[in-house]
Amino acid sequence: MEIKKPAIAGTLESSDCQVTVEAGEGKVDFSLESAVINQYGNQIRKVAYETLDNLGIDNVKLTIVDKGALDCTIKARIEAAVYRSIGQIEDLPWGGAIR
Amino acid sequence: MNPNKKRLRRTMMFLNAQKPGLIKDPYIYKPDSIMLDLEDAVAENQKDAARFSLYHALKTINYRGCERVVRINGLDTPYWKEDIRCAVAGGCDAIRIPKTESAQDVKVVEAEVIQAEKDFGREEGSVLIMAAIESARGVMRALDICESSERLFGIALSGGDYTKDLQTHITGTGIELMGARQNMVIAARAAGVQCFDTVYTDLDDMDGFRQDVENIHLMGFDGKSIINPRQINIVHEIFTPKQKDIIFAEKVVREIDTKKAQGIGVFTVDGKMIDIAFYDGAKRTIELAKASGVYKGDL
Repeated sequence: MEIKKPAIAGTLESSDCQVTVEAGEGKVDFSLESAVINQYGNQIRKVAYETLDNLGIDNVKLTIVDKGALDCTIKARIEAAVYRSIGQIEDLPWGGAIR
Repeated sequence: MNPNKKRLRRTMMFLNAQKPGLIKDPYIYKPDSIMLDLEDAVAENQKDAARFSLYHALKTINYRGCERVVRINGLDTPYWKEDIRCAVAGGCDAIRIPKTESAQDVKVVEAEVIQAEKDFGREEGSVLIMAAIESARGVMRALDICESSERLFGIALSGGDYTKDLQTHITGTGIELMGARQNMVIAARAAGVQCFDTVYTDLDDMDGFRQDVENIHLMGFDGKSIINPRQINIVHEIFTPKQKDIIFAEKVVREIDTKKAQGIGVFTVDGKMIDIAFYDGAKRTIELAKASGVYKGDL
């Protein structure tokens, strides 16, 4: 799957995260801002890369501003941003690429 | 029949499915059901994002026995079919249909739920349905709606939209809701399904809330939609049988069983005249006490 246009999902409220995706430069360019980066930075990065892998995306600039989001929220926001970027809101692959 | 169709539903707590802070741990407050909302609580430009949030919450979070109901968007919107796919794929227990006005509305949703169960490997019949009634037309067709599907476990009054349609407004007294409440609970009982009352939105008036819950309990409702954890204990207190009622119900059941064997139809328990007409009510009190976790007897 290719990122078609920049897209954003999520908020800066507590327990949430704001995810931005933009077309990449041939690779995954990951950027993370979080108050708990020392404790959970590696875990957030792992979840982000797994989610992108499930979606078949290897060319993206991914920015996450984390406000204490659970793994399931990080996944949800990345997927929301990615599907916004390609303009798909129906017939989504629940249980497939979204898992 | 799905064994959860008649489960205990004293409280249904509304939660915006788009808000991670709300949906991550509502089970700590122990509502009987949570209502993960994709409809009115979610802004138009966040409908898509709310589904991803809902899906992963359903898949990941252990709600520890709270029933997980998803309120989909209305059938007059472009969202409801994908809402059903997402909710069923995620593993929801039930779908709540907003603005239900006919049996046909339920059948249309049921067809999509059946398809989603097939598509996502859910057991057929595992996803229940409830219908929210929000208009005068819906109230007038309540019995048809209650009898529309074997999956339908109950109906719920949505007072805000209903009072708008009735050209009145919520007063806090319940006068404006009397007709709808009475009609709906009678229809639900006639059809053998459950009936749930609308939310009480004034969180600063807990005395008014208590009075409202006591009224709908007496009217025969099974439970109430709620918007804040502070409301849970009051509803549970009022809807859970008191010990004296449980003890009396036990006596009634035992005495009717004994007297029936002796060929006696009418007798007294604690000075009150009792006959077979009291049997089902007494059994229901004991079943409700069991479901609420307050029954220690052996009936």
